[in-house]
Amino acid sequence: MSERAELLRMSRVCKSYGVGTPVETEVLHSVDLVIGQGEFVALIGPSGSGKSTLLNIIGLLEPMSSGDYLLEGRSVANLSDTELTRCRGDTLGFVFQFHHLLPAFTALENVMMPALIRAGRFSDADRQYGLSLLDRVGLKAAAGKKPGELSGGMQQRVAIARALARGSPLVLADEPTGNLDTQSADEVFALMRQFNRDEGTTFLIVTHDPRLAQRCDRIIELVDGRVRPPTDVHDTAVSKA
Amino acid sequence: MGFAFTIAIRFLREGRFQSLLIIVGVAAGVAVVTYVSALIDGLQGNTIRRTLGTQAHIVVKPFEEKSVPSLVARPGELVARDIQPRAQRPRSIDNWRSLATEIAATPGIVAVTPIASGAGLAIRGEASRSVAMIGIELDGYDRIVSLREKIIKGVARVAPGEAMIGQQLAEDLGVSIGERIVLRTGGDAADTFTVSAIFDLGNRDLNRRNVYITLKSAQSLFNIPGGATNIYATVTELFSADQTAALLKQRTGADIESWMESNAQLLSALDAQTISTRLIRGFTTLVAMLGIASVLVVSVVQKRKEIGILRAMGATRAQMTRVFLMQGGIVGLVGSVLGVVLAKLLLWAFSMFVLGSDGKPLFMTELPLDLAVIVTLVATLCGVLAAAAPARSVAKLDPAQAIRI
Repeated sequence: MSERAELLRMSRVCKSYGVGTPVETEVLHSVDLVIGQGEFVALIGPSGSGKSTLLNIIGLLEPMSSGDYLLEGRSVANLSDTELTRCRGDTLGFVFQFHHLLPAFTALENVMMPALIRAGRFSDADRQYGLSLLDRVGLKAAAGKKPGELSGGMQQRVAIARALARGSPLVLADEPTGNLDTQSADEVFALMRQFNRDEGTTFLIVTHDPRLAQRCDRIIELVDGRVRPPTDVHDTAVSKA
Repeated sequence: MGFAFTIAIRFLREGRFQSLLIIVGVAAGVAVVTYVSALIDGLQGNTIRRTLGTQAHIVVKPFEEKSVPSLVARPGELVARDIQPRAQRPRSIDNWRSLATEIAATPGIVAVTPIASGAGLAIRGEASRSVAMIGIELDGYDRIVSLREKIIKGVARVAPGEAMIGQQLAEDLGVSIGERIVLRTGGDAADTFTVSAIFDLGNRDLNRRNVYITLKSAQSLFNIPGGATNIYATVTELFSADQTAALLKQRTGADIESWMESNAQLLSALDAQTISTRLIRGFTTLVAMLGIASVLVVSVVQKRKEIGILRAMGATRAQMTRVFLMQGGIVGLVGSVLGVVLAKLLLWAFSMFVLGSDGKPLFMTELPLDLAVIVTLVATLCGVLAAAAPARSVAKLDPAQAIRI
């Protein structure tokens, strides 16, 4: 992985809540993290280990308390809210556990939503691209359906298509298979793998599911707000063999 | 703006019942405001039209004759005296021609005409009625009270020896077109006139009292050769007549009165009505705005997750704020368009079912286009303003927290 270009680098990132109050708690302690372009990484750890907080900081949804964070070589520490939002829209795609599709919009419109946010309208090109993405997640036929008419697995596939709609180099997935049955979970995971392979999209997947984590390129384990020394799944697999 | 509009429309459509209720609420409020405004405007316009239908906006009167004490007290002396006001006989305004020319040249004055009028009797055979004989130049007078429109029989014409009389007077005296009446002044001057036209001024008393003859006839009857007892003038701006009158008074020194002074009571009644209308409008607007605001406050809470996800996908705070301002604006616009239509229906119903004793609508009630446009614009703006507070809370929403819930 050393030959890969660096996508994000965090050094000594700390996060505290309730700063200045008697209940100030530090949830992330000096986290160092490097993810290269095209990696497929699992982020695991017990509840309360700070996974969601770390994901939110990586996703520019929450500010860090201290440390340094370079996304595509650019330091995000001093960006304004609007700059952070633009950066988020250009660089990051999100897939959440509870789908979080917009219920008032069809599957296709949900996939086109990032384009609407950027351009203010749905163009024909957006429509074509959205349909091709839906086709790739096997849901072209469901393009005109509202999320409420789709199963959980289908909704999550729409969410993946949406996360990729702006060609974002990094997709952050928070328990993407958390409330899916095994078969749907496998399908969703396979899709992410496929996009990672075909488009070179980098994935960072937060998961509780060790079976899923084992199938990623690399596992980052967070315990009590600290990163455990890295393990390479394939090395482990090789040494087992 | 495309983003805000698209999302706003979808959010409103998604909250069907909630959106429908508030739009109907706004429509009801707008209907009340529009209906009341149009009704009161119609009523006031009608009242003023009726009042001014037979009145000039500005009237020049001759100075009253005053009693001047003949004995003046010297220092150290007391004079006991009883001064009685003098009887006012018809008198001409001094130099009325040059005064009329000067008034006519004043900006804001539309028409000027001299009048020679006084009291007298209209007599036919045994019957006599007390009347006001008004000597006019028909063309000039018509520009001030549109007398020609009010002729119901005969030809609008006052040639020497002809008179136009009102409907009621014609009935009282039993005369019709072409028949003769005698007009006699309080003095002994009298003359015979042929009735050339019968008019209806829309007021029975005036129909019984006013008799129009030529200026010359009146001048000779009242013994003011070449004189005019009054000068009538109309102005372009009805409600600045008092200012115009004051200006003329100051400039010419003549005794000049506007309709606003002679109808001061009417005006203060109209003012009171206008204030009540404003209060109704203000409170209705406030209630409608509070309605919009409360629905949007709830909507922000309901849509936290969606707001969060849109923020995560790259929508800025400003974009999300605009989504909610836009919702307020759309509710205001759609509600006000419905409200204006509703007001139009109400006004139609009013003119159909609320009738005067003659079976005609009490007065013209219509919805002026400019009122409809103004109401719609103001309602839309108020909708946006009402959305300001909810929109601010959207801007403050932390996307990470919003998504987690």
